[in-house]
Amino acid sequence: MTATATGLLLEATDVSKIYGAVVALKAASLAVRPGEVHALMGANGAGKSTLVKILTGAVHPDSGRIAVRGRERTVHSPGEARRGGLVSVYQEPSLIPDLDIRANLRLTDTPLEPFRHWLTQLGIENLDLSSMARRLPLATLRIVDLARALAIEPDVLMLDEMTAALPANLTQRVLEAVASHRGGDRSIIFISHRLIEIASVCDRATVLREGETVGVVDVTPGSEERIIELMLGQIAGEMPAVAGRTAAHRASVTTPRISVRGLASGTKLQDVSFELHPGEVLGVVALEGQGQDELFDILAGSQRPSSGELLVDGSAASFRHPADAIRAGLVYVAADRAEALLMQRSVRENIALPFTTRVRRWGLIDLRAERETVDAAVSRLQIDARAGNEVRRLSGGNQQKVTIARWVAGGVRTMLCFDPTRGIDIRTKQQIYLLLRDLAEAGAAVLLYTSELKEVQLVCDRAIVIFGGRVVEEISGTDADEATLLRAAYHLRSDAAMPEAVAAETVAAETVAPRASDAANGPGAEAAPPEQADPETSR
Amino acid sequence: MNASARANKWLTAVTWRRLLRDRPIVPLMGLLAILVLVIELADPGIVSPEWTGVIVRASVPLAILAGCQTLTMLTGGIDLSVAAIGSMAGFVTATLVHSPGGVAEGIIVALAAAALAGLLTGIGVGVFRVHPLIMTLGMSFVVLGLSNVWQLQMVQTGAGVPDSLRWIGSSTLAQVVPYNLLVFIPLTLLILLGLRRTGYGRLLYAIGDNPVAARLSGTRAWQVLIVLYVISAVMAAIAGLLISGLTNTASVSLVDTSLLPAVAAAVIGGTSILGGRGGFGGTIVGALILTVLTALLTVLGLPEPTRQVVFGSIIVVVAAAYTRVTSES
Repeated sequence: MTATATGLLLEATDVSKIYGAVVALKAASLAVRPGEVHALMGANGAGKSTLVKILTGAVHPDSGRIAVRGRERTVHSPGEARRGGLVSVYQEPSLIPDLDIRANLRLTDTPLEPFRHWLTQLGIENLDLSSMARRLPLATLRIVDLARALAIEPDVLMLDEMTAALPANLTQRVLEAVASHRGGDRSIIFISHRLIEIASVCDRATVLREGETVGVVDVTPGSEERIIELMLGQIAGEMPAVAGRTAAHRASVTTPRISVRGLASGTKLQDVSFELHPGEVLGVVALEGQGQDELFDILAGSQRPSSGELLVDGSAASFRHPADAIRAGLVYVAADRAEALLMQRSVRENIALPFTTRVRRWGLIDLRAERETVDAAVSRLQIDARAGNEVRRLSGGNQQKVTIARWVAGGVRTMLCFDPTRGIDIRTKQQIYLLLRDLAEAGAAVLLYTSELKEVQLVCDRAIVIFGGRVVEEISGTDADEATLLRAAYHLRSDAAMPEAVAAETVAAETVAPRASDAANGPGAEAAPPEQADPETSR
Repeated sequence: MNASARANKWLTAVTWRRLLRDRPIVPLMGLLAILVLVIELADPGIVSPEWTGVIVRASVPLAILAGCQTLTMLTGGIDLSVAAIGSMAGFVTATLVHSPGGVAEGIIVALAAAALAGLLTGIGVGVFRVHPLIMTLGMSFVVLGLSNVWQLQMVQTGAGVPDSLRWIGSSTLAQVVPYNLLVFIPLTLLILLGLRRTGYGRLLYAIGDNPVAARLSGTRAWQVLIVLYVISAVMAAIAGLLISGLTNTASVSLVDTSLLPAVAAAVIGGTSILGGRGGFGGTIVGALILTVLTALLTVLGLPEPTRQVVFGSIIVVVAAAYTRVTSES
């Protein structure tokens, strides 16, 4: 059957995209009918963003074909895609901060009347069009961005996590606006981590896993389970279990190394509490952007919390600089190696970097002692340092090992690892798992955020799940299989009680400004304690 | 056979690239030797021990000023205030020559004033995050202005470059070895040792290579930067004193003509203006190359505008060559 015969609005077939050694998309397909709201689903790194970028012309695919209304087309740039009726609204508002709203609209040739119409529909009636974009709160900007896209009436509108960071009343308006497209001539591709939103506005869902389209599901009550199943796929036993793990953890006998109470920051991190004990690896599981970045930044001393308490070894701690965190024994392994390494310097200098940061270590270096320490760390992590003159010439896995070796060399008490195995080969991953277990066995405390859920069961003693900036569940390592974790990460159970809770929450549009943005982080946040959400729904 | 020949050629090119990238001082020495050869060919008999002494004597203050640029560039900064500070140091010392404390008092006041200026620059760059280019440019105007105020104050006292400065700045041992090496050699050893063997030197490279990584590893950049700009200002003052002694002049704009050559010498010597790459050894050779080049262009009798064009072109070509070999494809 050809596309024209099926009357599809948008059809992407076998789209692939490879970045170096990383396969972002293998064989992704997407078929959108006119007048439907189509969900694009997938776990972290499944390829959703890449597919959207390809559809809007921001990224060029290596292979595959894209057809709009049955006519094949190659999209070279976002501007071309826009003229062809494909428009995307990204998570970050694409407004120029130093121009007022009217000038921003003029830049994209947005007709004013439809824009005003949609703005009213979306719940912001009296916006002053001459206000500077940078002065407006984030939630308002996102609504402006959406209204702007709706005003030019694109054939296919792609919304990437549109409802994240929106207060509940605006979320509801957005969902209504999205739903109003059903049954018309135009379509919406809707990306959201919130299954409840998918259930309330979407007709069908395409599920991606590891760069492949693994299924298309009609969204009906109960189809969430099917979607989760598709996202999980066959749980492969490719990784042998890490040996030597003692599941029993010593929580009750010792003072926790770190104890976090009610930590909050901005709109993302709402209220996180947990304890991390010596000798354990504690996993942190969360979908993208649930506040885990902020949590790690606070613990590493890069950011200060807006409220909450942090105790290190039982006494209150407040970090003004990463140096304070390091002095308190909290060391941070960043996911982005470009953020952690001196790319033009040697392996040795990279590993020895933390040794000389204090003023009283500014003097002459004991080169022999330094070499011994560094060599010990290099051999412990099995770093291939043959190209060690410049770290940028090492492989990704070896680079990641260098960032860890830096802290292992000095003796680790508490290690904060933010997705340390992202984008590295399986063998290196194994070595890092073993190392983390070793460190824990030797009495260190390890906090491990990972986007690869199967790592949790391999490495962690227990895991906390963060959703909407709050800890929603704690799962012991032995029970933490991928399915359980993914369900928990989507906050599936209490999500079921959401629509009324969303409707019940009405915040006046005028207060969208500073208050609302930190008060409400959307339905997920409201639904966090299920016991509280339930009475509201029964009302 | 054809393929192996091509591979061989490619290998040579790669070897050269590696050499220029990892040991830039070796090809730079070669360039220096070629320039000396050319000047000898242009004017046979010019190259002699005495000539070498003159070249070295002229290169020393330039190399020190270029050292200020090297150190600051390693962190991704630059120091444009060296000219004003150096001139100020020579000028202050000259005006205080008849004071009770004599030359020693003059030098101490000059170095202290320079250190104070460097401290303020360091606070501006390190604590208030003003871009080094702007901060040091601003500081050079402030220092120039204050020097002029000082000039008006001191107009009635007799002034003159002290004999001791003239001796160390311009005299030579047996017409060959300039005495300014007495200052330069210890300073050079200190800088080379500081960059290679001390924690502080490591941090200069670290901040320039990746400020985020340095911060995440616990480096408080403001501490490093304040000390850095004080060191740079004191070095600029020392260079200013030597230039004042060499030229037997004291003026509030004495060092101005050496500012851009100092930046050029650091860049030619292999220091990246983007930070994290370079060293003082290359800078010294860079300063020698520029001095010999100036002498060569004079010997060739080229008119001043032509000399400027040639001078500028060489700097641009060398800088472009570095960018090519150091960028990883």
